[in-house]
Amino acid sequence: MVALSDYLTVGAILFGLSMAGIFVNRKNVIILLMCIELMLLAVNINFIAFSYYLSDTAGQIFVFFILTVAAAEAAIGLAILVVLFRNRGTINVDELGTLKG
Amino acid sequence: MNFETPDFLPVVPELFVLGMACLILVVDLFLSDRSRVVTYLMSQATLVGALVVTLGLSSPIAQVTMNGTFVLDPMATLLKSVVYIASFVAFLYAKDYLRARSLFKGEFFLLGLFAVLGMMVLISAHSMLTVYLGLELMSLSLYAMVALQRNSATASEAAMKYFILGAMASAMLLYGMSMLYGATGTLDLGELGARVQGAGPSSLVLVFGLVFLIVGIAFKLGAVPFHMWVPDVYHGAPTAVTLFVSSAPKLAAFAMLMRLLVDGLPGLHGHWQDMLILLAVLSVALGNVLAIAQANIKRLLAYSGISHVGFLLMGVLAGTPEGYAAGMYYAIAYVIMTLGGFGMVILMSRAGFEADRLEDYKGLNERSPWFALMMLILMFSMAGVPPFLGFWAKLAVLEAVVSIDLIWVAVVAVVFSVIGAFYYLRVVKYMYFDKPEDEHSLVAGSDLRFLLSANGLAVLGLGIFPGSLLALCASAIG
Repeated sequence: MVALSDYLTVGAILFGLSMAGIFVNRKNVIILLMCIELMLLAVNINFIAFSYYLSDTAGQIFVFFILTVAAAEAAIGLAILVVLFRNRGTINVDELGTLKG
Repeated sequence: MNFETPDFLPVVPELFVLGMACLILVVDLFLSDRSRVVTYLMSQATLVGALVVTLGLSSPIAQVTMNGTFVLDPMATLLKSVVYIASFVAFLYAKDYLRARSLFKGEFFLLGLFAVLGMMVLISAHSMLTVYLGLELMSLSLYAMVALQRNSATASEAAMKYFILGAMASAMLLYGMSMLYGATGTLDLGELGARVQGAGPSSLVLVFGLVFLIVGIAFKLGAVPFHMWVPDVYHGAPTAVTLFVSSAPKLAAFAMLMRLLVDGLPGLHGHWQDMLILLAVLSVALGNVLAIAQANIKRLLAYSGISHVGFLLMGVLAGTPEGYAAGMYYAIAYVIMTLGGFGMVILMSRAGFEADRLEDYKGLNERSPWFALMMLILMFSMAGVPPFLGFWAKLAVLEAVVSIDLIWVAVVAVVFSVIGAFYYLRVVKYMYFDKPEDEHSLVAGSDLRFLLSANGLAVLGLGIFPGSLLALCASAIG
């Protein structure tokens, strides 16, 4: 029997990894997008685990909505990425520093 | 299992805006660039229609519908009405600016309308699910709007930063929601409030979830230390988009704060009060100090906006009905002032000239005494000089924190707003005491001039007669 806390630990580890990915990564914007997806998936694990152990379906329904919104979010993120690449010729995170102050 | 048909009447404004947005989307396809003004007029008509419908449906009792996910109460009616008016004004200010930069496309108004729809859902949310969906509909539209100027490197950089930080904030908010769901087993905000009271405020999971929730809300409001996107987005985006992003979404973020913390987690008031004090004090301090160093007026207004968010939070953290009303009053006052401030930037700009440096305002009094006076009113109001609107808004939130014996917070706020007065007065000094560098006459159309004058006079008028708007906010909180 897998306990609830095991699922939550996996969720927390995934969430922490993706946070670290956003702050440590200085190379590529696409990796940032992947980290954001991973964050949402970590949340999904939490919701499904809680939903199962509470015998309440609302959490699972929430997960469907999160997955749908995540797809829309990825579409917008990639569209902005394409615009950025056309203007800059690079998607290096370190070179995203012209706006300062 | 039987399916009960929900009461659709409270949702009619949302359905109306959704239907009209879809209709405009189709109509826009068949328009040539010369008749694009039809899209603009239809969008404005949608906002006016939504205002009429919302006011027609207003009732003093809260109605919950859609299986407990949606609520229509006086607060929702008031905030939605201000959102429509603010968006109407923002669209009108934006029209000529967009035209001069060949950005006058249907996308701006459509994304704007969908963002308005997202704000409406967020304002009326009665479940964590609707909070999330409304927030995302609003945010995704705003990310795309910031990137609207496709050939601009700064706009696309701003959009990317906004997207990454905004998506991260949404994920944080969701993580917090998952913890609250796990601790209470419900997504419904009313039910959540009741179960949190039962669980007691010491539940570790609840507090853990609350921290993530507050981080998400602070990101969306732009409170320090989660403010780093604000100046970059305001600076990088085209001014017309900045105008929209800085106005109506703040009301929606305020509504999110009220729905989640006040409706959903009143039992944890002691915990979230401490966190909001920290955010408020840091925002007021850092926002005002960093604004002094800015040479770009859009960045200056961004940092000034951060400090205003600090004041807004002070009203909410008090945890009293008067405090909530003061916070709402502040949010509405801020929206009126920021519309005027960015409206002035649009008024001064023309094709190929953005008027976003502070030097561009030198000698405005010689070029146009009337609009120099309007800018003076706006700057004095933002600084909190009596008798303008901003003064009464600041006074109301300060009264709220003093009433719960947090006098040190009020003292810090007053000290930093005095420091902040420096950069507002510098703009006034440039306008009245320096020689103009730029001798072009203003090119703005008569509708913009008229509405901007009305905006400036509203700041003055609502300052001279402060009672009515404050009473409206107080009655909306109930």
